[in-house]
Amino acid sequence: MTSTLKTTAEVCGMGHSMKRKEDPRFIRGQGHYVDDVKLPGMVHMAIVRSPYAHARITAIHDEKALAIPGVLAVITGKTLEQFKLHWMPTLMSDTQMVLPVEKVMYQAQEVAAVIATDRYVAADGVEAVEVEYEPLPVVVDPRKALEPGAPVLRTDKPGKKDNHIFHWEAGDRAATDKAFADADVRVSQDIYIPRIHVASIETCGCVADFDRAMGHLTVHMTTQAPHAIRTVFALVAGHVGLSEEKIRIISPDIGGGFGGKVPVYPGYVIAVAASVVLGKPVKWIENRMENLQADSFARDYHMTAELAAKRDGTMTALRIKTLADHGYADAAANPSKFPAGLFSICTGSYDLKHAFTEVDAAYTNKPPGGIAYRCSFRVTEAVHAIERVTDVLAQELKMDPAELRLKNFIQPEQFPYKSALGWEYDSGNYPAALALAMKTIGYDELRREQAEKRRRGELMGIGISSFTEIVGAGPSKQFDILGIKMFDSAEIRVHPTGKVIARFGTKSQGQGHETTYAQIVAEELGIPAAHVQVEEGDTDTAPYGLGTYASRSTPTSGAACAVAARKILVKAKKIAAHLLEASEEDLEWETGKFFVKGAPQQAKTIQEIAFAAYTNHPPGMEAGLEAVDYYDPPNLTFPFGSYICVVDIDRGTGAVRIRRFLAVDDCGNIINPMIVDGQIHGGLAMGMAPALLEEISYDDNGNISGGSFMDYLLPTAMETPSWETAKTVTPSPHHPFGAKGVGESATVGAPPAIANAVVDALAHLGVRHIDIPITPEKVWTILKAKGVAE
Amino acid sequence: MAMHKIRVKVQGAEREAEVESRLLLVHFLREVLGLTGTHIGCDTTHCGACTVLLDGQPVKSCTVLAVQADGREVTTVEGLEQGGKLHPIQEGFWQEHGLQCGFCTPGMLMTGYALLARNADPSELEIRQAISGNLCRCTGYVNIVKAVQHAAAKLRTTAA
Repeated sequence: MTSTLKTTAEVCGMGHSMKRKEDPRFIRGQGHYVDDVKLPGMVHMAIVRSPYAHARITAIHDEKALAIPGVLAVITGKTLEQFKLHWMPTLMSDTQMVLPVEKVMYQAQEVAAVIATDRYVAADGVEAVEVEYEPLPVVVDPRKALEPGAPVLRTDKPGKKDNHIFHWEAGDRAATDKAFADADVRVSQDIYIPRIHVASIETCGCVADFDRAMGHLTVHMTTQAPHAIRTVFALVAGHVGLSEEKIRIISPDIGGGFGGKVPVYPGYVIAVAASVVLGKPVKWIENRMENLQADSFARDYHMTAELAAKRDGTMTALRIKTLADHGYADAAANPSKFPAGLFSICTGSYDLKHAFTEVDAAYTNKPPGGIAYRCSFRVTEAVHAIERVTDVLAQELKMDPAELRLKNFIQPEQFPYKSALGWEYDSGNYPAALALAMKTIGYDELRREQAEKRRRGELMGIGISSFTEIVGAGPSKQFDILGIKMFDSAEIRVHPTGKVIARFGTKSQGQGHETTYAQIVAEELGIPAAHVQVEEGDTDTAPYGLGTYASRSTPTSGAACAVAARKILVKAKKIAAHLLEASEEDLEWETGKFFVKGAPQQAKTIQEIAFAAYTNHPPGMEAGLEAVDYYDPPNLTFPFGSYICVVDIDRGTGAVRIRRFLAVDDCGNIINPMIVDGQIHGGLAMGMAPALLEEISYDDNGNISGGSFMDYLLPTAMETPSWETAKTVTPSPHHPFGAKGVGESATVGAPPAIANAVVDALAHLGVRHIDIPITPEKVWTILKAKGVAE
Repeated sequence: MAMHKIRVKVQGAEREAEVESRLLLVHFLREVLGLTGTHIGCDTTHCGACTVLLDGQPVKSCTVLAVQADGREVTTVEGLEQGGKLHPIQEGFWQEHGLQCGFCTPGMLMTGYALLARNADPSELEIRQAISGNLCRCTGYVNIVKAVQHAAAKLRTTAA
């Protein structure tokens, strides 16, 4: 928390828990989501999907579908092939099908689309399309995919002779190997993080509206990155005449994103093609099963994590080898130069002198991906690996996991800290965060209670996770997507009456930008946040930016907002000097007004200055009071925290109950404490979800399980504990107002805290690791094997 | 497809329409009546985003046919505010930061409203049980519980 508030409750700058400006429409049922868009003449699209994970399409019969009154068209790969739109590039310079011409590569892949006058008739049409398939051998396991003789999946790629996608590595392999050879103690742990799905409560969809007369395309769509999407559309469909100045993307209210609404899915492109072909607005809204079965997944990392240490617990080296399953195409949403995202944050919070990590990726017959699941590009995988293997080391050394962490933390005076894998951590105070967590939760008392319970045969565990994130991508010299640098933007216009419209290149999906950005303007200019209208998501009006994901809104657009406001103040000062007939050097700024040094009664408020900017501006100066900033961050930000989880395990069922969960977070300076806590609560629930419940798996034929909410289990209010939160504040030294970003910290930090707690509860039975999700079945099987199940 | 004339009282006003047998209540509300406050989040009656009140009872309107609502009363999120004044359940969600993206919110509001209509002073567990058929991906539920408690306290004060 900012210790001192610079603004009054009326102005409501940083540090105020302002009630959200967006809420009045949501609590009245007046949000405007994509499925609420209704345009004159609008028709509906539904998609025919493959029942097979790998098959040759021998025929598609659409006659019966077209005979249904109200069915207007059936679009297949052959339709799109005429326009060379049947394939599209992914963000990772791979390719994926929009609609297949020859083969399907995963179960639930798009095969054809039916356009009809209403959504029920479109669904009838889908039922009536008959597709003939010739099944092909299915590759499900990425390890088998890389074995010699495995069927080559991407036969579309000339000369491709295997299923290997990429090899990526970071760190010094030789020095790390040597450190391992020299170590007193070495531990190694295989860790699998399965496929999961963000499952935002609103699925994906769009209304594509091609205006034939104007040659203009408007797409209302669920996207976290509207500007980037516009450019991608122009690049994908430029050859059929869709030029970027004639494309408008409107991202309306979004019902949760979490990374799942970053990619361009085939459905969007088919809807656009259908609108161009039919000359009518085409609405496509996924149902939940399509959303879970075909949209981009997250994780699916098979890791082997190794730590080397001295006998006293000093960690000396880290080595992690990963096999990534990307499905049939590498459709990850990473910065282009980072095929494994920011996985190299895997040295975590520890002063590791040597580290090496490598990732190999494979094609399989599964949906393409992967995206983040409320995390900054593979950071969750990295944090899970280091925090889990740290506990494995503690167990090996018979050391308390808190003591081991405290012994190895990067110390506050070491910042800025250069990690062995090349990152420069901006700021941190890891011992303080863990100490606060231990004190708040009563760590020593919990350990005593655990010892007592263990004597009675009860299973109680305490798990710690001391994570470091890497967010806010990113500096343009390293970070781009398809060449577009990962800056972000803000444009502020102060109206004559001192009211503001502010527009941004990001796009809120529930984070509360309409409130927090208004508070930044209020903090910087002293104009009440209530008088600041925030707009995002319309590419015709907002400045260009790369969008909201990877906790980047505050580090990039939030920074741009402060910088743009400061540009406005430079001009405002000149106007104030003119009005006060003083020289600029004699003026001082106090939130909301300039006054003459030593004569505070001689002052001009920002509102008076704004009015003068349009009515009485100095001779030779342009009228108006506005600024825009495209902010290129000098570094990433490194939020961190220490989480402690207490679990009780039922010996009869193997069920894990989270009794307490305390999150101590440090995200630098805070804009709105209420919203930050809300982000942490939600992130914790999305951290608990994959730790205990969620998994998408496939059988040997590539049939999905976890493809609906029947068996893909989101946490309900019953499993979810009452989260406890606390803060330390270590500002980012390079961010304009010292903030770091917070949206994903808890999703990243929570899973290892929970997994460590469960393993801790079973450690005395010789259990060292359990892969997430830690289901009752997994735990019960262990208890049974150890002879302690009731 | 057979058509049926139905008459449904929505937020107290009679609405008449001719609908297909298969039309879901949620589509009747959203597409025939234009009440888009009620959302659709799944196909399997799990998420509760589509919760409305049918004769005062919360139902998932994706699993009720429009024809089943014939002759009955439906209240949606748009019916909570009375005479320009927010209902305490709406105030509670705003005050306690009980929503983020807003997509599950209408269903949560209706479920919370129905709970408080039958139990003026629910415990935390009773609130959690009541909303356990409504999924929220954003809030982690803590503030939703607080929002319902806020509304309960407010309603008890007004009733006293």
